[in-house]
Amino acid sequence: MGKTLFQKVWDRHAVGILPDGSTQLFVGTHLIHEVTSPQAFGMLRDLGLKVAFPSRTFATVDHIVPTDQRTEPFRDSLADAMIKELRKNCSDFGVTFFDIPSGKQGIVHIVGPEQGITQPGTTIACGDSHTSTHGAFGAVAFGIGTSQVRDVLATQTMALSPLKVRKIEVRGKLGPGVYAKDIILHIIRTLGVNGGTGYAYEYCGPTIEGLSLEERMTICNMSIEGGARAGYVNPDEKTFEYLKGRPYSPKGKEWDVAVAEWKKVVSDADAIYDDVKIFEASEIRPTVTWGINPGQGIFIDEAIPSPEQLPEADRASAKEALEFMKFKAGEKLAGQKIQVAFFGSCTNARISDFLEASKFLKGRKVAPGIRAIAVPGSQGVSKICAEMGIDKIFREAGFDWREAGCSMCLGMNPDQLVGDEICASSSNRNFKGRQGSPTGRTLLMSPVMVVAAAVTGKVSDARLVFAKS
Amino acid sequence: MSLSPIAQVTGRGVVVAGDDIDTDRIIPARYMRCITFDGLGEYLFRDVRQTPEGKSTNHPIDDPKYKGATILISGMNFGCGSSREHAPQAIARAGFKAVIAGGFAEIFFGNSTTLGLPCATATRKDLTALMSLIQKDPTTLVTIDVEKLHVTAGPLSFPVSLKTSAQQGLLSGRYDAIADLLANLPKVKELAGRIPSATAS
Ligand code: SF4
Repeated sequence: MGKTLFQKVWDRHAVGILPDGSTQLFVGTHLIHEVTSPQAFGMLRDLGLKVAFPSRTFATVDHIVPTDQRTEPFRDSLADAMIKELRKNCSDFGVTFFDIPSGKQGIVHIVGPEQGITQPGTTIACGDSHTSTHGAFGAVAFGIGTSQVRDVLATQTMALSPLKVRKIEVRGKLGPGVYAKDIILHIIRTLGVNGGTGYAYEYCGPTIEGLSLEERMTICNMSIEGGARAGYVNPDEKTFEYLKGRPYSPKGKEWDVAVAEWKKVVSDADAIYDDVKIFEASEIRPTVTWGINPGQGIFIDEAIPSPEQLPEADRASAKEALEFMKFKAGEKLAGQKIQVAFFGSCTNARISDFLEASKFLKGRKVAPGIRAIAVPGSQGVSKICAEMGIDKIFREAGFDWREAGCSMCLGMNPDQLVGDEICASSSNRNFKGRQGSPTGRTLLMSPVMVVAAAVTGKVSDARLVFAKS
Repeated sequence: MSLSPIAQVTGRGVVVAGDDIDTDRIIPARYMRCITFDGLGEYLFRDVRQTPEGKSTNHPIDDPKYKGATILISGMNFGCGSSREHAPQAIARAGFKAVIAGGFAEIFFGNSTTLGLPCATATRKDLTALMSLIQKDPTTLVTIDVEKLHVTAGPLSFPVSLKTSAQQGLLSGRYDAIADLLANLPKVKELAGRIPSATAS
């Protein structure tokens, strides 16, 4: 009987079974950032413990770091204190820190792959739910809480119970103007925001295989929004090609050994899955959310559903969403005025996102009165965008081009919505208050749709807006 | 770390109705700008407890009739979204000892268990009955029996579920895994030798 990648990686990293019946799982690579780690280091100090394997932990600053100021002290004294705390913790405990002057700083889920730290067949943990992003490389990656960050620092292990595996097969060809973001928004909408509870999602099938690594990251990133604890894609030649030559990738003879190992972790053809779901790519259209959770989405040419049309379990939440968003059932999202366009986050702020969008943005202008900001996911992305002239296209169009960080994805820094502004956003969460204003309204969509909204000043079908380009 | 076992939690309840209450709602990111968890209780549900102008919205947490409640009662998929431990920390630091809901997001559940905050799952039907009972008579004492996986409240008595490992951990006082993890460090070191790590060259 064959095994899935998840089972192979789990078995290989299991230290043993703990008294409560859970598994002690070894964490191959641990990533940390400034918001969820300081308390963990504090607990470590209280317990008089050291970091067990400092070379397996990597740190960067992303959540709170300002994107418009790079000299310290930062205007926000709390942000300043949090970053200094991380710097001190890394130096006290011997952890590698991709600090601002390193040129490698950025959103932790973009930095890991970019540096070649994210590798197939390993386990990755980070005190951030979107750690699932790293699954795009065939790693099993878990978002964890701060006490678990402490556990991983102190022991390089954590207590966890195994997951079931749901195979999500996507087949067929995506239509023009339909992107990885639309695939995952569609999957979440179909399977529900808690449909993945207890599962790891294995994304596979010809459509997924046809995606670039960056696109696969967009899909794995949002696994958590579907309730799954992890999401992954089996590694293939594209994965190896992406990793080859990156700073932390194996080199020389070690590279060949690593690739041979990575090929072995791929799910067996006769692997048994706990569940299988199949999606047809051709049925997916550009998707935009209208509500307050990522499952409340519709195709751009559909109307907002009325709660009565939805399954009973979803009605209360839909009602609450309509009230909060100030939308009416039956209305279309297309044509809704926006005030802010946010291009960024670990879902969609990689080079391919900026490159694709820049093709359409070139020569166009952000509509008057729209606040549009573009935030590269890392200093690495920023540098390449500058080399390719992509930043210039965004600037000339009227986007505010920022330094790397999470920015308005969660509004922990000054990049926030004001009042009940509507934001066309390439990020992953549309929860009430997510973008920094308790009444702010977030519409999730693909980066190209964000650009279409920015230039028209309203939610628009990018396929129509950019029809002639 | 040997902690006291948690076999039973008794207290008054507060109903925070609604499904999919996410961790951004439980503790908005703006209040996570801190390097300790101290004082987080104050910001529990902050954005829904106050209007942007700072006026009280009469959220159940601030409703005098629920004052002193130690058991939080909510709907389906409670704690979804961000993995921030700040969420269960805020709940615990606001004085809560347990949560009863229709279901929990996994990371939230794990984080809560580690803090010794049991998260019991009830069926929709039992939950609805419990909610209306508590709304009608907030002085009703609610008891969660962690061993028997059972809740009693006034005339109500119904089963709840809790992942076995969490239940075992709570009952044995080993819900914080650190001691058990540390005990196996020699074995961990041996395994580490076989698992490649990312190194710069
Ligand atoms: S970009 Fe957004 S989702 Fe990603 S790590 Fe930062 S805050 Fe979290």
